[in-house]
Amino acid sequence: MDWITGLFYVFSAVLLVSAFRVITARNTVHATLFLMLAFFQASMIWMLLRAEFLAITLVLVYLGAVMVLFLFVVMMLDINVDAMREGFWKNLPLAALLGALMAVEIGLIVQGDFGQVTEPVLMEGSNTKALGMLLYTEYLYPLEIAAVLLLVAIISAIALTLRQRKDSKFMHASEQVLAKKSERLRVVKMDAVVPPKPAQADTPEASS
Amino acid sequence: MSLSLGHFLTLGAALFAISIVGIFMNRKNLIVLLMAIELMLLAVNTNFVAFSSYLGDMHGQVFVFFILTVAAAESAIGLAILVLLFRNKSTIDVQELNELKG
Repeated sequence: MDWITGLFYVFSAVLLVSAFRVITARNTVHATLFLMLAFFQASMIWMLLRAEFLAITLVLVYLGAVMVLFLFVVMMLDINVDAMREGFWKNLPLAALLGALMAVEIGLIVQGDFGQVTEPVLMEGSNTKALGMLLYTEYLYPLEIAAVLLLVAIISAIALTLRQRKDSKFMHASEQVLAKKSERLRVVKMDAVVPPKPAQADTPEASS
Repeated sequence: MSLSLGHFLTLGAALFAISIVGIFMNRKNLIVLLMAIELMLLAVNTNFVAFSSYLGDMHGQVFVFFILTVAAAESAIGLAILVLLFRNKSTIDVQELNELKG
C-alpha cells in the first residue's frame, strides 16, 4: 500500500463520516459545517485524481460561496429542532435497507469491471490549460448558456427575496414623469387685493 | 495494491447511498434535504472526475464544471425559496407545505 492509497483511505473515511454526520446532526449549523468538511475531503480526492482545477474550484466556489450562503440561511432561520426531529428514527429501517441495497449493488457492479482499471492515464501538460482549451473551443456555446443560467439564478434569487417595505416613502418615477401640469396646477384669476367685506371682516377666509 | 477506478466509484456509491438515507430520514427538515441533494451531486461529480482521470478524457471534467454551475444556481434559488417560505409560514417543515392540495 503506497502513500497515495493511504491518503485515499484517510480522505474517504473522513468524507463518509462527515457525510453521515450531515444527515444525522441535531444542530443544523453543525450539519452545514460537516458538509463543508465533506466537500473539502472530496476536493482532496479530486486532487488525487489530478483534477487540480476542479478541486480548487470546489473549494473556492462551494466552500467559499455556496456553503457560506447555507450558513447564512441556517443562522437566519429560527428552526424548532425538536419538531423537526420527530419521526426521525422511525424511517431508519427502510432508509438503511434501501441505502445498503443501493451501495451494495453499485459496489458489486463497479468492483467487478472497473476494479481492473488500475492505472490512471497521465495527461501531459497543465490540467487547467486542457480544461480551458476544451471549454473555450468545443464547449463555448454551453459555457455561455451556463453564464446565462447563473444570471437567471442571480435575478430570481433577488426577485424572490426582495420585500417591499410598507413604511417607505418612495415614489414611482413613472408616475412622476407622467404627471401633467394641468392635473396638479390650477391658475385662478383674482384681484390682487381683496376688498374687505364689512360684515365678515373677522373671519380668516375673508381676510386672506 | 494500488488504487483502481473501482475504489473511487465505490466511494461515490457509498456517498450517494448515505445521501439517499439522509433524504429518507430527514423527511421534515427542508434545509437538510437540500444538503443531501448537494452531497448526491458531489458523489456524481466524483464519479465523473474518476472516469475522466482513468480513461484519459477531459470531457468528464468539463461536465463536472457544468454540474457545479447548475448546482450553485440550484442551491441559490432553493435557499431563496426556503427564506420566502419561512417568511410566509414561519416553518420549513415539509409536511406543512400542503397549500396547493395537489
